[in-house]
Amino acid sequence: MNARTAEPTGASATGLVKIEQPHARVEGVPFQADWFDAVDVNLSAAERRTATLGARRSVKKEWQAAWLVKAIQCIDLTTLAGDDTPGRVERLCAKARHPLRDDLVEALGLTGRRLTTGAVCVYPTMVRTAVKALEGTGIPVASVATGFPAGLTPFAQRLEEIRYAVGEGAQEIDIVITRAHALTGDWQALYDEISLMREACGDAHMKAILATGELKTLTNVYRASMVAMMAGSDFIKTSTGMEGVNATLPVSLVMVRAIRDFLERTGQRVGFKPAGGIRAAKDALAWLILMKEELGRDWLEPDMFRFGASALLSDIERQLEHFVTGRYSSTDRHGMA
Amino acid sequence: MNKIVTILDSMDYGPAPEEDGHARAWLKRHGGRFGQFVGGRFTKPGETTFEVRNPADGELLAEVAEADEKDVDAAVKSATSAFRSWSALTGTERARHLYAIARQVQKHARFLAVLETLDNGKPIRETRDIDVPLVARHFYHHAGWAELRDTAFPAHVPAGVCGQIIPWNFPLLMLAWKVAPALAAGCTVVLKSAEHTPLTALAFAEICAEAGLPAGVFNLVNGGGTTGALVAGHPGLAKLAFTGSTEVGRLLRRQTAGTGKKLSLELGGKSPFIVFDTADIDAAVEGVVDAIWFNQGEVCCAGSRAIVQEGIADRFHARLRARMETLRVGSPLDKSTDIGAVVAPVQIASIRARVEAGVAEGATLWQPSWANEDFATATAKGCFFPPSLFTGVSPASALAQEEIFGPVLVSMTFRTPGEAITLANNSRYGLAASIWSQNLDVAFDAARKVKAGVVWINSTNLFDAAVGFGGYKESGFGREGGREGMLEYLVPAWEKKTRALPTAKALAPPVPVYGDAGPDATSALLDRTVKLYVGGRQVRPDSGYSYPVVDPKGRLITEAGWGNRKDIRNAVEAARKADAWSDMTGHARAQVLWFLAENLELRSAEFAARIDRMTGVGAKQAAREVAASVDRIVHYAAWADKYDGRVRAPQSRMLALALPEPFEVIGISCPDEAPLLGFVSLVAPAIAMGNRVVVTPSQHHPLAACDLYQVLDTSDVPDGVVNIVTGDRDQLASVMAKHDDIAACWYVGSVEGSAAVERESAGNLKATWVNHGKARDWYDPAQGQGEAFLFHATRIKSIWTPFGV
Repeated sequence: MNARTAEPTGASATGLVKIEQPHARVEGVPFQADWFDAVDVNLSAAERRTATLGARRSVKKEWQAAWLVKAIQCIDLTTLAGDDTPGRVERLCAKARHPLRDDLVEALGLTGRRLTTGAVCVYPTMVRTAVKALEGTGIPVASVATGFPAGLTPFAQRLEEIRYAVGEGAQEIDIVITRAHALTGDWQALYDEISLMREACGDAHMKAILATGELKTLTNVYRASMVAMMAGSDFIKTSTGMEGVNATLPVSLVMVRAIRDFLERTGQRVGFKPAGGIRAAKDALAWLILMKEELGRDWLEPDMFRFGASALLSDIERQLEHFVTGRYSSTDRHGMA
Repeated sequence: MNKIVTILDSMDYGPAPEEDGHARAWLKRHGGRFGQFVGGRFTKPGETTFEVRNPADGELLAEVAEADEKDVDAAVKSATSAFRSWSALTGTERARHLYAIARQVQKHARFLAVLETLDNGKPIRETRDIDVPLVARHFYHHAGWAELRDTAFPAHVPAGVCGQIIPWNFPLLMLAWKVAPALAAGCTVVLKSAEHTPLTALAFAEICAEAGLPAGVFNLVNGGGTTGALVAGHPGLAKLAFTGSTEVGRLLRRQTAGTGKKLSLELGGKSPFIVFDTADIDAAVEGVVDAIWFNQGEVCCAGSRAIVQEGIADRFHARLRARMETLRVGSPLDKSTDIGAVVAPVQIASIRARVEAGVAEGATLWQPSWANEDFATATAKGCFFPPSLFTGVSPASALAQEEIFGPVLVSMTFRTPGEAITLANNSRYGLAASIWSQNLDVAFDAARKVKAGVVWINSTNLFDAAVGFGGYKESGFGREGGREGMLEYLVPAWEKKTRALPTAKALAPPVPVYGDAGPDATSALLDRTVKLYVGGRQVRPDSGYSYPVVDPKGRLITEAGWGNRKDIRNAVEAARKADAWSDMTGHARAQVLWFLAENLELRSAEFAARIDRMTGVGAKQAAREVAASVDRIVHYAAWADKYDGRVRAPQSRMLALALPEPFEVIGISCPDEAPLLGFVSLVAPAIAMGNRVVVTPSQHHPLAACDLYQVLDTSDVPDGVVNIVTGDRDQLASVMAKHDDIAACWYVGSVEGSAAVERESAGNLKATWVNHGKARDWYDPAQGQGEAFLFHATRIKSIWTPFGV
């Protein structure tokens, strides 16, 4: 997704299976409270929309297989645990390069096309290991930063953490916001904070994690989304994976509608990343359907859409094996991350 | 190119057809031919059959015999004979049967969903996720009512054998709405399915047999309007329930007039969908999808008339158009279809004609970019119509006034909340309304002011068995679902035993009396002129005629005004103006009623003497009548602030309020007998509930009511709340029944008069309550007062209010 790491044009010619596309940076706009002040999101209506969305659209057979392949390409394969080691990160990177068994790739007719996950996502101190492990693959390394997950370390330190991760070779930075700004309605402070983080990212793309499970109301989610986009976030992301409630469809609906509103107002296209709790292939399809219905085809590519997930890939592999063989699969038949 | 690669590029949804083999196997098992279901078995289909086709491709699905007079007779006979044993079962026993049906519906859920989709053309998503689950829910809920009937409705008995006529838009769901409460109440049923869509009713008949429902409790006849007329006209029925067009509803109202059949009508609509500038616009846009692009827009309560606040109209319409682009019209069996096939070619033709007329009228039609020639070609074999939006629609245009019954939204704008309500109510219909605002004050204000039986705040097209559904105005009367729905299938036990009233003697003509016993010779007092009472003033009758009021021996007491149609017109206008009465609190109305009782009691002796003089009942009985009248007013003073309605929680984070609202203007024709008590028994509950009334008092003994003028004046009853027009009861009742600004008519009088009121009320389909010439003991509290009167004095408005953060 970063222009620096974009595939040569030849790759996209062979590949309808795209890893990444050059994506114009989101420049942001000056803070404007009236873009979100009057917004008041109706919870029941949002829930109704997302509850029926999965029932209104269905992908079966080859279409389902293709959509699941697409989901793989959109995964930020993630490890964010206290017990992460270089060995663990290398294993994860190996899986990112080779997410699907060769026989399945062949049966799907994808041999010779690049099939990798969208990125690998790690803590800052693991970035160097990951960059090395992914060298030559074009798979970007994403790093969380800014005192992930709570975001309550001193601000200067948070900015420094971004610069550190970028210095280590991270091409994408997943920042966390100060929830207190949102919860107390200090949107200007939130805007200023994110703007400085964006500046610290330099050329690295920035994903703003809103920690929606802690913002609680959908109206807060909308407002935080809009502020994050105004401040120049390339992506907005639901959760750290550490909140009590992580990615949900109603929250995602509100965020993608905010993305659409921002696009309408500015012409700038912001990406979306649901993260946390997305484990089943069926869930992945529900999110892809949400993106297609609410934002359109363009948001079904890794430059505009990512899943933050670790266990999801394993379920997708099993479903794809079922598609290929007609037999229900088991986890042990697929190489682990 | 490899298929997966192609899809990775396009990211299309691809086909996702629901398998229909089992439904087809079932059709085949029946040889594709069906008869009626009478007495627990299918009859052999005879000569006259009609074709049932799949509207998605025109394929012939089945041939179904059209029920003739003999079939309908047999069905009614079967239901009549089953009624004896069915109504004699205990509530628990009937509950078990309804529970068994609910279970069978669930067990066969997908089969029913697929069959419905094949027959009707609605998308499988809707039959699977909405129609069939609601059907099961309806039978479960009413299994409960069967169990609770005698507890919840003491002194009520089942109405009897019911005729039920259902429409084609929700074939199985409308069957459930009709059959479940009837069976729960202890009634038996002859149901006529819709000609376009008889298949799920036939399957349901089998399910009843499978569930062990006693033979004859549910009977099914199939056919079109002719069969429907045979059912509606059958003398063996005690009750007729109909869902369908207002036009046919009117015919049925006329056809059943005077037959004594209970009638409930759920008719058409042009329901407003009001979007305030405080709305969550995205939520409202999605609401439109659920409102008018649900079931191809073939929904009586569809939010088909968008009324959008001017400041947000452009944004709202832009988003709506964008949303319309992503709607999918196509094979109803495909799981990714939003809009399926319209029910039949004739319906498509009607939609097209109305849309073309709208374009010709100058409104702006917009359809999605994909609704092009390719779309037309691809869908040519079936009845498909793209979602359509009309903007620039004026309230006066046919588009805004007439029901299209297709996927066509018309949109107009408003400036102020008041204007939104005016536009919303500017319709002959009053079925439903959808109101979108995040501001509680705005939303509730609109919910109370809109004239509709169902109001959805920040939601639309939600249904539940516990929440009453039914219309105001020309959308019909009666409710389906909930406690109020059960009452449509029950009657007070005493009504089954009551005798006929003696035929009253004709009213003397409004000319001077000559040759009778003559006026009281001792009368040297100043002549008292009895006038009409309109708008709080005593006025002379427009006709300039008076008619003699005589004592039992035929001696002239005085003369009363000979009211005519213009007096009724003036009285209705006065009643209209007294709208503050309907907005007053129950407490405030109670105070007025208490005061009225107080003042009447003060003048007891005078009223008793007058009653005795007019009727000759004797001083003691006359005094008893006055005392009973005072008590009756007290009774309704007590009720005025206590007939509260109910609150239901049909979904989590959802309250559905069942609010009894006044009809506003009720026309009342009082009985001849008990001239004061009869009058008070009808007028007091009506005004206690906030109605304003136009009343014809006892025609032979009007003076008791006329003497009340002064009592009303001194009791702070606001001008125009009670308007009294004396004269020929049946003539005046007929004028009231024909007056389109009167929402309900009560009539106590003759058989013929009752018939006339029911017949003439068909014009604006007002709710009627007539006695069919039967006596009611006004002194017996079980007959003369109580909740039945309040029930008839109000109509339930169901307000769905979701909440949550």
